[in-house]
Amino acid sequence: MHPVTTVHYLALSAALLLIGTIGVLTRRNIVIILMSIELILNAVNINLIAFSHAWHNVGGQVFAIFVITDAVAEAAVGLGILIALFRNKETVQADEIDLLKW
Amino acid sequence: MNFLDLIWLIPLFPLAGAVLMLLIGKLLDPQPPSDVAVAPGVEQSEAGPRPANHAHHHPGPLQNLIRIICPGMVLVSFIFSAGAVWQLSHLPNRLHQVIQFTWIAAMPFHMANGHLATFQVDWGFLLDPLSSVMILVVTGVGFLIHVYATGYMAHDNGFYRFFGYFNLFIFFMLMLVLANNYTLLFVGWEGVGLCSYLLIGFYFHKKSAADAGKKAFIVNRVGDAGFVLGMLLMLSVLGTVRFTDVNSALRSGQFPVEAGYGVLTAMALLMFFGATGKSAQVPLYIWLPDAMEGPTPVSALIHAATMVTAGVYMVARSSALFQLTPVACMWVAGIGAFTAIFAATIALVQNDIKRVLAYSTVSQLGYMFVALGVGAYWVAIFHLFTHAFFKALLFLGSGSVIHAMSGEQDMRYMGALKKKIPVTHWTMWVGSVAIAGIPGLAGFFSKDEILWQAFSSPKGSTVLWLVGLVTAAMTAFYMWRLMNMTFYGQSRVKPEVAAHVHESPAVMTWPLIALAAGSVLAGWLGVPKLWSMFGEGFRAFPRWLEPMFALAGTESEHPASTEWSLMILSVAVAAGGISLAYYLYSKRPEIPERMLERARPLHTVLYKKWYVDELYDFLFVNGLGKGGGSAMAEFDRKIVDGSVNGAGWLTRASATLSMWWDTWIVDGAVRFTSFSVKLLSYPACLLESGRVQTYALFVVVGVLAFLGYYVAR
Repeated sequence: MHPVTTVHYLALSAALLLIGTIGVLTRRNIVIILMSIELILNAVNINLIAFSHAWHNVGGQVFAIFVITDAVAEAAVGLGILIALFRNKETVQADEIDLLKW
Repeated sequence: MNFLDLIWLIPLFPLAGAVLMLLIGKLLDPQPPSDVAVAPGVEQSEAGPRPANHAHHHPGPLQNLIRIICPGMVLVSFIFSAGAVWQLSHLPNRLHQVIQFTWIAAMPFHMANGHLATFQVDWGFLLDPLSSVMILVVTGVGFLIHVYATGYMAHDNGFYRFFGYFNLFIFFMLMLVLANNYTLLFVGWEGVGLCSYLLIGFYFHKKSAADAGKKAFIVNRVGDAGFVLGMLLMLSVLGTVRFTDVNSALRSGQFPVEAGYGVLTAMALLMFFGATGKSAQVPLYIWLPDAMEGPTPVSALIHAATMVTAGVYMVARSSALFQLTPVACMWVAGIGAFTAIFAATIALVQNDIKRVLAYSTVSQLGYMFVALGVGAYWVAIFHLFTHAFFKALLFLGSGSVIHAMSGEQDMRYMGALKKKIPVTHWTMWVGSVAIAGIPGLAGFFSKDEILWQAFSSPKGSTVLWLVGLVTAAMTAFYMWRLMNMTFYGQSRVKPEVAAHVHESPAVMTWPLIALAAGSVLAGWLGVPKLWSMFGEGFRAFPRWLEPMFALAGTESEHPASTEWSLMILSVAVAAGGISLAYYLYSKRPEIPERMLERARPLHTVLYKKWYVDELYDFLFVNGLGKGGGSAMAEFDRKIVDGSVNGAGWLTRASATLSMWWDTWIVDGAVRFTSFSVKLLSYPACLLESGRVQTYALFVVVGVLAFLGYYVAR
C-alpha cells in the first residue's frame, strides 16, 4: 500500500488543471466554460493545500479559502453576465458572441 | 444812424422777406386746387407763351400783405444802402470794411512757394465806390421791378413763391457785391445762379421753361468751374482771397516769385471764364436767350439789370490782377467785342420781342467787357449802371406789351399799338433812344465813352472801336425794328387778342416811368471830358470810381477834334440805324419781305442763331455727353467690368487648381498614409476574432511557451 504523497496531490491538481483548461478552450457552452474555470480554480486549491500540508504552513490553506470565496463571487458575476447576454443574444454559445473584434 | 457799420444788415432784409414767403407764403396766398393737379414736368397741350392757368387765379385778400412786404424789404435795403453810400462819400479813403465773424476758421497750408500761410475767410462786407454803385443798382432797380411784378404777376399761381425767390435773389446779389473776399462773393455768385434757375423754371409745368432753367444752371456750372480754379490758384500763390489784401499785394508787386506772369495770366483768364458764364459771353452766352422762358420781371431784374453784370463786377473787382496781364486783358476785350457784334447780328432777325432784348443784353454786356479789357473799368461800371436802367425799362416795357397782348410775344402779330398803350410806348421809346445812343440819354454817354476808350486807350485799337461802332449801328437798327414792329405801322394783331388790348395798371406803369427818368438822367453823371461846358458835378461818376482803379497812363494823347469826330460818327451811325429801321419797317414793310426772299440762307443762319445751339448739342450734349457717355459705358463694360470679371475668373481658376491639389495631393497623402497603415495592420486584425476562447488559447499557448522555455533551458 503506497501512501498518498504530495506528488499524488500535485498530479491530481495537474490533471484537474489540464481538464479545466481543455474544457475552457474547447467547449462552446458558456455554462460549461464557467464550470471548467471552477475546475481550474480547484486545481489551484489542491495545489495550495498540498504544499501547505507538505511544508506545515497554514498560509496555503488560508489562501485556498480566499480562492473559494473568489470562485463563488466569480461564478455569481459570470452567471449574471451570462443571463444578461442571453437576454440580448438568445444564445449561450461562446463562438457566436464575437462582437469585440476589430 | 451809422449806416456804414450796418451794411451787413442790407442783405438780411430781403432774406427775411424770402424766408417769410417760402415758409408761410402759402398761407397768405392760397392756391386753387387746379394748380395742385398739374404735375411738374407734364407739358400742357396748349403750349402758349404763358401757361394756360394764367388769369384764372383770383388773389386772396392776404395777397396784399405780400405786395407790401416783399418790395418793402427791398426798399428798406435801398434806404440803408443810400445812407451807407452817403456816409461813405465823407470818408477820406472811401473804403469801409465790416468783418462780422470768421466764417472759415484759420487753416494752415503750404503755398506754391512752400511758405506756410493760413487760409481764413471772413463773413465780411466791404463798401467802396464799386460796391456802392452795385448795391444802389441792385436795390434801386430791384425795388422798381418788385413793384412792377406785384402787378404783372397778380394773376399767376405761386405769387408768394415768385416773391420768395425774388427776395432771395436780391439777398444773394447783395452778398455777391458786398462780400469782402472771393469766397464769400462765390456764395452770392452761386446763390444768384440758384435763384436764376428757380425763376427761369418758374412755370415749371412747361417743359421748355424747365429745360431752359436746367440749361442756364448747367452752362453756369461750366463757368463756375473756371472761377473756382482761379480762386484756388490765387489762394495758392497769394495766400489770401480778401480783396484788400489781394489788391495791395498785386499793386505793390510784393507777391511771391511763383506768381509770375504766366500764373497771373492763367488766374485772370480762369476768373474771366467764370465771368463769361455768369455774364453770358461767348462761348457760354447760350443760356441767356433761353432764360427768357421766365416771367418778364425776372428777365428784367436778373437777366438784364443785375445778375448778368456780376461777371463785369467781378472782373472790375479784380482790376489789379487784370492790369498786370495784358494777355488776359486782350482776351477780355476780344471776347467782349466778338460777343457784342455776334449777339447783335442775331438780334437783327429775331421775332420774339423778349429774344431781341435778350440778345441785346448779351451784346451790351459785350460792350462792358470791351471797356474792362481796354482798362477803362469805371466806364464798364458806368455802362452797367446806365444799362441797368434802360434795359430793365425795355424788358418791363416788353412785359407790359405782352400783358396787353394777353401773352403774345411774337412781334409779327403786333403793330400799331402806340395809341392803345401810350405809357408803355413812350417809356419804351425813351429806353430805345437811350440804348441806341442818341445824345442826352444815358446810353449815349456810356456807350460813347466805351467806344472812345476802345479807340484811344493804350490797350485799345481801331479794330475794337470799329466793331463797337458797327454793333452800335446794329443796336439802333434792331431796337427800332422792335419799336416799329410793335408800336407803329399796320396792325397785325390777331382779332381775338385785339379786343382786349389794354394799358397796364398804375403799379406797372409807374416803375416804367421811374426807369425812363433814370434812363434819361443816369448818363448825366458821366458826361464826356470834352463837354467842359458842364461843371465837375456832371463827372461825378468817374470821379467817384476812378481813384479805386488807380490807373496811370489812360490819359489820351489824341486831339480833341478826333474825339469830337468819333462822337459825331457814332451818333450818325445810331441815327442811320434808327432811320433805316423806320424806313424798312414802317414806311416800306415790303422791302424786308423781299430782302428776306433774296437772302434767305443768311436770314436762316441768323434766325437760327448761327446754329451755335446745334453745334453745342452736337459737340457737347451729343458728342461729349452722350458719345462720351457711351464711350464711358463701353469702358465700363469692357475694361472695368472686364477686369472685375477677369479677377473673378482668375480666382475661380486658381480655386479649381487649389481644390484639385487638395483633393489629390493633400487628401491623397493623408489617405495613402491611412491606407498603408490599414494594409499593414490587416494580419494583426486576423488575430482579433472577438471569440473569447481564441484569446484564452493564446494565453495558454503563451504560458506553455514560457513554461517550455524554462523547462528546456
